Amino acid sequence: MTFKESDHGAVPFWRDERYLQIIAQVIVVVVLIAIGWWLIHNLLTGLEALGIPMSFKFLGLTAQFDIGESMIEYSRNSTYAQALLVGLLNTIKVSFLGIVFATLFGIIIGIARLSKNWLVNKLAAIYVEALRNIPLLVFLIFLSTSVFHKLPRVQNALSAWGWAYLTNRGIYVVWPQPAGGWDVYKWFLLGSFIIGFIVAAIKFREGKKTGRMPLYWLWGFVVFAVLAAITWFIAQFMAGPPMHLDFPSLQGRNFKGGKSLTPEFMAIFTGLVIYTSAFIAEVVRAGIQSVSKGQREAATAVGLSGFQTMRLVIFPQAMRVIIPPLTSQYLNLTKNSSLAIAVGYPDLFAVGSTIINQAGRAVEVILITMGVYLTFSLLTSLFMNWYNKHTRLVER
Amino acid sequence: MSRKLLVVLLVVLLAALALAACGGAKETAAPTEAAAATTAPTATSEQTAAQPTEKPAQQEGEGTLATVKARGKIICGVNQAVPGFGFLQPDGSFAGFDIDYCKALSSAVFGSPDKVEYRPLNAKQRFTALQAGEIDVLIRNTTWTLTRDTELGANFAPTTFYDGQGIMVRKDSGIKTLADLEGASICVSSGTTTELNLADQMASRGINYTPVVFETADETTGAYLDGRCDAYTTDKSGLVARQSMFPHPEDHMILDETLSKEPLGPVVRHGDDQWFDIVKWMVFATFQAEESGVTSQNVDEMKNAEDPNIRKLLGTEGDMGAKLGLDNDWAYNIIKQVGNYAEIYNRNLGPDTVFNLPRGMNSSWKDGGLLYSPPFR
Amino acid sequence: MTTLTSTKDILPPPTERIGILGWMKKNLFGSIGDTILTFVAGAFLLWLIFAIGNWIINTAQWAAVTDNLQLYMKGQYPGSEDWRLWFLMFLLGLLIGLAWGIFLKRAEAVGWVLLIIPVILAAWLFTLGRQSWPHLLFIDVLAIIGYFLGKRYPKKLARPTYILILLYMPLVILVVRGFGQEGFMKLVPTNLWGGLLLSLLLAIFGIVFSFPFGVLLALGRQSKLPALKTISVLYIEIIRGVPLITLLFMGQLMLPFFLPAGITIDRVIRATVAIIMFAAAYMAENVRGGLQSIPKGQYEAADALGLSGWQKMVFIILPQALRAVIPVLVGQFIGLFKDTSLVALVGLLDLLGIARGILANPNYIGRQLEVFAFIALIYWVFSYGMSYGSRRLEVALGVGER
Repeated sequence: MTFKESDHGAVPFWRDERYLQIIAQVIVVVVLIAIGWWLIHNLLTGLEALGIPMSFKFLGLTAQFDIGESMIEYSRNSTYAQALLVGLLNTIKVSFLGIVFATLFGIIIGIARLSKNWLVNKLAAIYVEALRNIPLLVFLIFLSTSVFHKLPRVQNALSAWGWAYLTNRGIYVVWPQPAGGWDVYKWFLLGSFIIGFIVAAIKFREGKKTGRMPLYWLWGFVVFAVLAAITWFIAQFMAGPPMHLDFPSLQGRNFKGGKSLTPEFMAIFTGLVIYTSAFIAEVVRAGIQSVSKGQREAATAVGLSGFQTMRLVIFPQAMRVIIPPLTSQYLNLTKNSSLAIAVGYPDLFAVGSTIINQAGRAVEVILITMGVYLTFSLLTSLFMNWYNKHTRLVER
Repeated sequence: MSRKLLVVLLVVLLAALALAACGGAKETAAPTEAAAATTAPTATSEQTAAQPTEKPAQQEGEGTLATVKARGKIICGVNQAVPGFGFLQPDGSFAGFDIDYCKALSSAVFGSPDKVEYRPLNAKQRFTALQAGEIDVLIRNTTWTLTRDTELGANFAPTTFYDGQGIMVRKDSGIKTLADLEGASICVSSGTTTELNLADQMASRGINYTPVVFETADETTGAYLDGRCDAYTTDKSGLVARQSMFPHPEDHMILDETLSKEPLGPVVRHGDDQWFDIVKWMVFATFQAEESGVTSQNVDEMKNAEDPNIRKLLGTEGDMGAKLGLDNDWAYNIIKQVGNYAEIYNRNLGPDTVFNLPRGMNSSWKDGGLLYSPPFR
Repeated sequence: MTTLTSTKDILPPPTERIGILGWMKKNLFGSIGDTILTFVAGAFLLWLIFAIGNWIINTAQWAAVTDNLQLYMKGQYPGSEDWRLWFLMFLLGLLIGLAWGIFLKRAEAVGWVLLIIPVILAAWLFTLGRQSWPHLLFIDVLAIIGYFLGKRYPKKLARPTYILILLYMPLVILVVRGFGQEGFMKLVPTNLWGGLLLSLLLAIFGIVFSFPFGVLLALGRQSKLPALKTISVLYIEIIRGVPLITLLFMGQLMLPFFLPAGITIDRVIRATVAIIMFAAAYMAENVRGGLQSIPKGQYEAADALGLSGWQKMVFIILPQALRAVIPVLVGQFIGLFKDTSLVALVGLLDLLGIARGILANPNYIGRQLEVFAFIALIYWVFSYGMSYGSRRLEVALGVGER
């Protein structure tokens, strides 16, 4: 607390709290900088003495090792920087898919946890309590070694009518491949999407004006789907079928064709989804329970159905409670994806630690990795802040 | 709670924390103090090791040897999961070929094989641990390469085991040569030369394959056994060792082709020549003992042998120990307590073990192998 | 005039509210959809129980677990020093008994003490063979003695109990580690710490040492001084933004370089430093939550009394804030206990690390399912036990309800 009297010079500056505060801060900052400088100085001289001075030039050197799965072109002749990029993309892939599916499962389990059906309720509770109390890493290694590696071998693959195969080399599903008419159709598809989006926007604006919000996204989606279906036939008429289905089949030692997911990806992906969904379930449950009972009763009294009550009354209010902890769960999932190293999935951290060993660049690689995760955190929290504000505006 | 009590509590808690923290620092401080006592106050043992250009490490009492002696034990970086070479036994102790070399070093320095602290390290940590002075010697099936010898700040003692990278496949897979591996998935441990050799060889032969990379050797073999991969690659000795422990060893075979040369041996930090010499000659002593027919059984009789070479080796004659900065019976202790090369080999990998690994290149030069010790004179 | 209702006219209670059948009708078969759900869930549950039961009894081979119980529990901690671990267990038993007797004055608590302690310590029974059951019994005896003492002299014993509870964790570290090279309580180097012992110790280290840092950081973040605030916010957000595994790698690979040449620190301590750095940021956020829960009136009242800024913090705000965050801290401790499993990835032999080491033994190849199920169970029993215990304690003490 600063008192007005100090302005009159009655208190000498060394006892004036304002100066003292500044001096204290300066001292703290100087001490911290000194410690930081000392540490970094030790680091740099230590590395210099070992003949590996700190430098990021190694990123341009040839990586010399192969990576099992990559979303971009990569070979042993690529550079370390490209290897890191492959890892980064793999991290993004597993985190993004993980977040989507963990949210879905989390909501389902969270609602099941509130079910009036005793058995369903207890099953959900067992799911949540069982997962929340074991370490993710143990769960991941368990999934990898005891589940995905123990699936049937390629020769005895579990087949779902030829549309999908389950083996310990991966999961193979039938997947559409662009064919002759694709060149034309992709423009039709884009057009359909734009029109669908415009319809949704119009409906949304209408809803705002009248106060009766229609299912605007459903409108948009239906328009898009109908247009996409119609133009499909037009494209087929013009230049042949736009896509064909690529069925996986056993060729030689492995399945070829279709879309494949490796056991390593499946292990980290399902592990993250199942584990995080237990936490999200608790978040959702707490959110729904935070909406007062009167709201539900009022909604029933007004004559809304169970689903409508959920959609129109409970969820919008619960969202405000749900979003902040949900954000941190998303961040946790992204950070936890670094445990992929334990199941052999080449994410950013796994590729990074390979480089640490092959190039001996521990400090540089750790700095890069940390920087990337920090950026993720920052972006997620920025997005969630924006979303938070957005939902608040809509409601008021 | 009263204010006074709170203050008392806080003080006690902080004091306890401080005590615990001091306790934590004590262990690490001791050796440094001891080492520093004999030198200038600022230059401590590790510094000399890390900065060879500024201060030569030959002076008595400054190098790793002094640190080790002051500490009373050697810190040996080892593998905990390669059967036959270094692994953890149910009673919590370590055993294996590499472990025996840690024991031999301890016998040379302290006259007792037990003054070793084993630091299990994975492939990724080992060089940083060595660089940072966390371990005194790395004996963890490490391949000698130019990059490691120079850039990673390591010095390689003589090779204790000549190895080469091989590939294991299932017999019923129909794979006979490397070329048959087109389109296969191959299990490999990450952060190893194996990983790089595989990429090099496959690229040079134009064979497409999918690497399936795991952190530890166990995960890698586990995945291969489960059928995750068509093939499993590591050093041939490792393959043989692993194969012998598979539930059905006869279902697997090792391809004839060798992908690389893998000389494995102890490693020390750059810059401490005395310590390097000790490790080098510790290894040579085991070679020489086999060559001269000295074993742990007959070493006491051999001490009085006529052969001057044996007399010099066992310290009956000359001052070989002093030249290394050790007791004169350093080699005697190695042989008495751990054995010569043949004994170490047979104990861990020989015919009486599950591995039954033929000696091949790892025979004494007299038997047509590569083990050759410079003369002890 | 009121007419007397004859007993015949009184309706029986509605059937759906009474008896097992009524309960089932209400909770399991309320509607057609509910009935279907119940059957599906029931069938799934039965299948699950059957499959797991069948595996445990018939399929699984437990040798990999039963042969190595010592390793799982305490790693390579020397057998001659086991008495220290027992001593800590006895003390814990006594403390729990005392706390129960003093703070929970209901008799049922005895039952809980008797139930919970053996559950937590059941694992220890295996470690030292059959002869350890007297030890376990002694823990229970101490707990009961503690309970009755605490109940008898709640006033006198309250303060010593408080102090002992606060000192217990630092004491654990001291006793496990020991001091001096030889003889009584000789030093047990950290590379011999392993298994569950190491996992618990890392979590204890983390929570105890991060506490002061966490409080300072929380105060820094609340501070009006811009430099302090910026530094605190930066630290908290950076640490919370990166995965623990990168910090552990940094600790293992970079920490040796940060220190001047010549100082080496052992690997357990390096992992601990990383864990403390990590825990401090989360601790700060928890404490901040506690600080924010203090009503403004408390600050104003302290100002009105003429207390200085420091006095206000130390005597008025912090005690209340810390009391409010106790349940959250228990949660953080559980989280930290689970997170310690990551040290296995940097080569320490904690519970998970030792499990992986055991799986490397040729005798136990392919026993992953048994080993991982076993250690998952240990983690689960401890985490769930702690969270359940703390929830009950919270209710009984009314912590966080002020």
